[in-house]
Amino acid sequence: MNFKIQTKIYPKLSFQRIQEKLKILADAAKYDVSCSSSGSKRANTNKGLGDATGMGICHSYTEDGRCVSLLKILLTNYCIFDCAYCVTRKSNDIKRAAFKVQEVVDLTINFYRRNYIEGLFLSSGIFKNADYTMERLVAVAKKLRLEENFNGYIHLKSIPGASDELMREAGLYADRLSVNIEIPTESGLKKLAPDKKREDFIKPMVKVKNEIIQYKSEKKIIKSTPKYAPAGQSTQMIIGASGENDFQIMQTSNHFYKNYNLKRVYYSGYVPISYDERLPKIGSDVPMLRENRLYQTDWLMRFYGFNVNEILNDKHQNLDLDIDPKLSWALRNLHEFPIDINTADKRMLARVPGLGMQSVYKILNARRFRKLNWEHLKKIGIALNRAQYFILCDSNQFETRDLTSEKIKGFILQNSTSKYRKSLSNQLSLFG
Amino acid sequence: MQKKNLIYDGTFDGFLSAVFYVFEHKIGDVSIRNGFDVQETMFSENETIMSEEAKANRVWKGLKSKLSAQGSYHIYYAFLSEKPGVENVLLDYIRYAFENTNADKDYSHPSVLKIAQIAKMVGREKHRMEAFVRFRLTKDGIYFASIEPDFNVLPIILKHFKRRYADQKWVIYDIKRHYGLFYDLDTVDIINMDFPANFDFTKTNSDYFADQEFEFQKLWKDYFKATNIKSRKNMKLHVRHVPKRYWKYLSEKQPD
Repeated sequence: MNFKIQTKIYPKLSFQRIQEKLKILADAAKYDVSCSSSGSKRANTNKGLGDATGMGICHSYTEDGRCVSLLKILLTNYCIFDCAYCVTRKSNDIKRAAFKVQEVVDLTINFYRRNYIEGLFLSSGIFKNADYTMERLVAVAKKLRLEENFNGYIHLKSIPGASDELMREAGLYADRLSVNIEIPTESGLKKLAPDKKREDFIKPMVKVKNEIIQYKSEKKIIKSTPKYAPAGQSTQMIIGASGENDFQIMQTSNHFYKNYNLKRVYYSGYVPISYDERLPKIGSDVPMLRENRLYQTDWLMRFYGFNVNEILNDKHQNLDLDIDPKLSWALRNLHEFPIDINTADKRMLARVPGLGMQSVYKILNARRFRKLNWEHLKKIGIALNRAQYFILCDSNQFETRDLTSEKIKGFILQNSTSKYRKSLSNQLSLFG
Repeated sequence: MQKKNLIYDGTFDGFLSAVFYVFEHKIGDVSIRNGFDVQETMFSENETIMSEEAKANRVWKGLKSKLSAQGSYHIYYAFLSEKPGVENVLLDYIRYAFENTNADKDYSHPSVLKIAQIAKMVGREKHRMEAFVRFRLTKDGIYFASIEPDFNVLPIILKHFKRRYADQKWVIYDIKRHYGLFYDLDTVDIINMDFPANFDFTKTNSDYFADQEFEFQKLWKDYFKATNIKSRKNMKLHVRHVPKRYWKYLSEKQPD
């Protein structure tokens, strides 16, 4: 086989035009937080370009600390909708631009060859109608796969209201599909995006879910069944734009995880971009800490065996900002503690504040060899400043005072501001 | 009895041959040292170890039968860290592994934990290089990247790049260790290159690099800027993810 390296050079004028478009359409796409490039199983089998089998790779990080893994752009920011929270809404006075299919393909391939990106995340404003837009997105993915032999990662946005046939085709070329429900409650959606209906978001989501189920069952019988969205589907909610509390947000999230087999739900702190009085004012802070607490809760649900109602319920409708949700749960459930590190089961170990799943596995392995004491636990890397109030180990030093939740919280907060200065011996001298 | 120093040639096979020697001669008080940075020490006896593939393979096979896959790759990764004295921690680990089953799971053993931690650092560096390598297209159609990793990670990133860039010629060159990998569309070879005395690896010089290279670097920088959200600026987090020592080879971090 003879391989020829593409040496495409843009004529001067067209280079400047591409540059201009890229600036506009990357800027408009940046509020979509998903940048995941993992979970696909697309191997380089054709001696073509790219491979999406491994874990995701963040090739760079923006100055706001977010991962840059994919070329994340809109095909166009022309849009027929007028959703208040969205920067590309029809009524917003901004520069508009649109890429041609081939332009997106060239950018993706040339960025990929230089190891800048893991692949493409293509979204779009809705022009003409849902199907017309979805068709263009699918065309880009199809061209990358069939003409360019591209095996990198492709994430396509499912356009609300797109037909089943197009969603079927999209999944054949894309690794991940996503449709953003944006506003956690239907009433909020009605207020901020009167043109949009919840069922328009749900329709493509259901189609993709069913196709994935079908693909998985057919694959068991016929190995060569063409892949369908191997990295699954995800969605995103905006936080702090429409007054929902954390309980409502996480219930919605839980609902989507359970009923649509989503891989991920993303939470995006609202960045004020509009003078619309229905929304937080321009210049008000992005709720980043709240966003972080929601992600922690999401992790507790997906990896730590928590039920959403244990963390958020009618009595506790909002997450604490000063402490993490697991610690908050533990303080409300002191009757479950202390537990013995050397005998407790995995479920309870995962519930100890200051223990991540990595530490849990290390403890489960290490305690087969000997009983673990504070020194072992410290070396394994658990956060003793939080964990010490909830555990016993092979030592006669342990918390003997009957501390209230408030007291423990006070100690932990006091300690965590100076956790880098204090050594373990100082922390242990707290026991008395 | 005098302490013995075993001097090996710096290769993994050489190190395993030294381990073989330790077991063969049942030496207790011993230190394994890399011949390239060994210093004369008083009150100890030096012995030079020849690298022997057969012996190295026997040790490696034995380890693999005693350890999980993770355990044996921890040993290799930790070796590539080139940290001073790591050979002796490895030897302690290996001795423990031959005497106990599943030793690699014993995170309360000091050497096991230490090696797991070093392996993690090397693994992190490997992952960083898979992320931070920036290819630049040369005039003769080869995608070229230069790196200066903290650890000797070229051997463990080879597979990743070979699988991924199967249809383009590429070179990844470790400036610190003076060798590189070259993929010619078929196999990957280890190469040594001579660069002009005034060659600046951080600059893209039009004498060597293709015209389109400048355009795509520009587009990538534009993209990098446009995708940032100013109201969320967090430089502390940014620098934690992209430590400053890597900036000089990242196209997006070059001054305009």
